[in-house]
Amino acid sequence: MSATKKLTIARAMAESLAQEMRADPKVFVMGEDIAQLGGVFGNTRGLFDEFGGERVRDTPISETAFIGAGVGAAMDGMRPVVELMFVDFFGVCFDAIYNMMAKNIYFSGGNSHVPMVIMASTGAGYSDGGQHSQCLYGTFAHLPGMKVVAPSNAYDAKGLMTAAIRDNSPVIYLFHKGLQGMGWLGNEPAAINQVPEENYVLEIGKAKTAVEGADISIISIGIGVHHALKAALELEKKNISVEVIDLRSLVPLDREHIIASVKKTGRLLVVDEDYHSFGVSGEIIASVTEHDHKILKTPPCRITFPDIPIPFTRPMEQWALPSTEKIINVCVTMMENK
Amino acid sequence: MLPTESQRIWMYRNMLISRYMEERIETIYMEGKKPVFNMANGPIPGEMHLSNGQEPCAVGVCAHLEAEDIVTATHRPHHIAVAKGVNLKKMMAEIFGKKTGLSGGRGGHMHLFDSTVNFACSGIIAQGMGPAVGAALSRKLQNKSGVAVAYIGEGAANQGAFHETLNLASVWNLPVIFVIEDNNWGISVSKSASTAVAKNSVRAASYNMPGIHIEDNCPDVIFSETKKAIERARNGGGPSLIEIKTSRLAGHFMGDAEGYRPKGEKEQLIKEDPLPIYRQKLIDANIITIDNDSALVEETQKLVEQAITFARESEYAKPEEAMLHVFA
Ligand SMILES: Cc1ncc(C[n+]2csc(CCOP(=O)(O)OP(=O)(O)O)c2C)c(N)n1
Repeated sequence: MSATKKLTIARAMAESLAQEMRADPKVFVMGEDIAQLGGVFGNTRGLFDEFGGERVRDTPISETAFIGAGVGAAMDGMRPVVELMFVDFFGVCFDAIYNMMAKNIYFSGGNSHVPMVIMASTGAGYSDGGQHSQCLYGTFAHLPGMKVVAPSNAYDAKGLMTAAIRDNSPVIYLFHKGLQGMGWLGNEPAAINQVPEENYVLEIGKAKTAVEGADISIISIGIGVHHALKAALELEKKNISVEVIDLRSLVPLDREHIIASVKKTGRLLVVDEDYHSFGVSGEIIASVTEHDHKILKTPPCRITFPDIPIPFTRPMEQWALPSTEKIINVCVTMMENK
Repeated sequence: MLPTESQRIWMYRNMLISRYMEERIETIYMEGKKPVFNMANGPIPGEMHLSNGQEPCAVGVCAHLEAEDIVTATHRPHHIAVAKGVNLKKMMAEIFGKKTGLSGGRGGHMHLFDSTVNFACSGIIAQGMGPAVGAALSRKLQNKSGVAVAYIGEGAANQGAFHETLNLASVWNLPVIFVIEDNNWGISVSKSASTAVAKNSVRAASYNMPGIHIEDNCPDVIFSETKKAIERARNGGGPSLIEIKTSRLAGHFMGDAEGYRPKGEKEQLIKEDPLPIYRQKLIDANIITIDNDSALVEETQKLVEQAITFARESEYAKPEEAMLHVFA
């Protein structure tokens, strides 16, 4: 066992990047404010000092250019890790992402690789308004050709980053601002955990059972996992035993793991901070019912963000967001509904 | 052409309002954020981008505008909103997220919309430019008067939308003026590190329109230099690109440690603060006296305080009202 230390997600991401950059000269990082500043969300801190401006590049505010450039560099043999500061900004550069990055392997019949990572912050809860608070998990997961991961804690963050960098396919790496351990965006103590100093890979596409239970399977990702874990503790006092599955990856989706859990509990609740309709929550419910709807003892439920732009003002935003309280209430109702 | 006396007082007065409003926001923003700075807390949560230092760009251009003219602004919109005549009370209530705010708290400080004076803003870099071009097109198609002004930061001139909208506005000869507020910083990245040209105004040549570069962060100079561009647009002469050298006296947003600034820069910028300089200029020109300056300061501060009281005393909308206004 190698030594471990307690890290935030931000520091775990930066540590994986540094180790991969040391090991492989083809890995480089670019994005806005990622060099001297170390990234607005801290996930590239220290890289500029160690590797310099050639490999840790601040870009102009030109996402179409530098994400497109990431695609070209990746196809030419480099391993770019590109930051899109807020996932919400994908609007100005999506062609490079979904028509090129995500399709060029296929268009080349597998002759070309696109070993590229896009890391982007997600998430609401601190009143940043409708253009700086979205998750958009479903948007990226819907379009074929990109793997999509979203860690809930530092251990997973490091292993998933290393896996993403080494992957020959493009990976969208979505980190939640509320879990980043930056303080000024709040803190989730459970996201800060022990991380091995040595580098390691966490296989993309594998979910994890965060806590075992018998009555209800809660499937979630990112910050929703923490809401669910807190709810599980409260529900235990009400004699409701909840199993929490941390998806960790959306693409590929670990359907087997989800189905195995629901088979055991007979009840399914999806918690997703992304918009309600046409997204991750619907996909998970469909995957289970498609497999065998008879494994469900009660109708499946979901707690998601309603189909509205994210409001700025705190009362509206907090009302709309998934929360521990909402999970507890839905679980209690699901158990009454026999 | 120099502004008239009343225009100069108008500009000064709006600078005072904007500056005092931001000074107050700065203090109120920190309520509930000490000793631990968490953006989510306090009566004004979220990101806060202050515009102090940039007021001349707002008043110098907007002095030429009427309510019917269209302005699109950025994530740093307060000074421009004030100069465009956005209702102060409703703006403040919006910044506080209250029911009485411009959008009832749905938008927040980066999304101030006041259709009564044709003002809007967007937090996505350069994306206000398309709507400004479209508003100008609409006026042309309807044979209606009015020009559109799109404000952006110098960092936005490296965004695709900048180049596309300039070209479109030129090809269609639209009444739109693009104003770049060059405060030299895009968060932590300097203009020279991100931009291939020293002056973005030269980029106008690529789109066959006049490019004007204004060196002086002074309302009078900005007023004079922009007059022609706005008249040109009003008279069917088409678009112009204007870049103004200005200064961001605060951090990118509140909470920014500003470690990227070279030593001494901030002190120098504060020395060059355009507000006291303009005040002195107006006193020297006998346009205001020290006495009526105090009266003006008092009067504008009172306006801002009234807006703050209005915002503080207003209720929040009911949380479930979040569901309203998704569609028309
Ligand atoms: C498309 C897009 N990319 C990145 C950002 C993040 N961002 C917000 S403000 C900013 C800097 C903008 O610099 P500038 O345009 O010069 O305006 P200033 O902040 O100096 O007023 C950046 C990069 C954004 N809002 N939109």
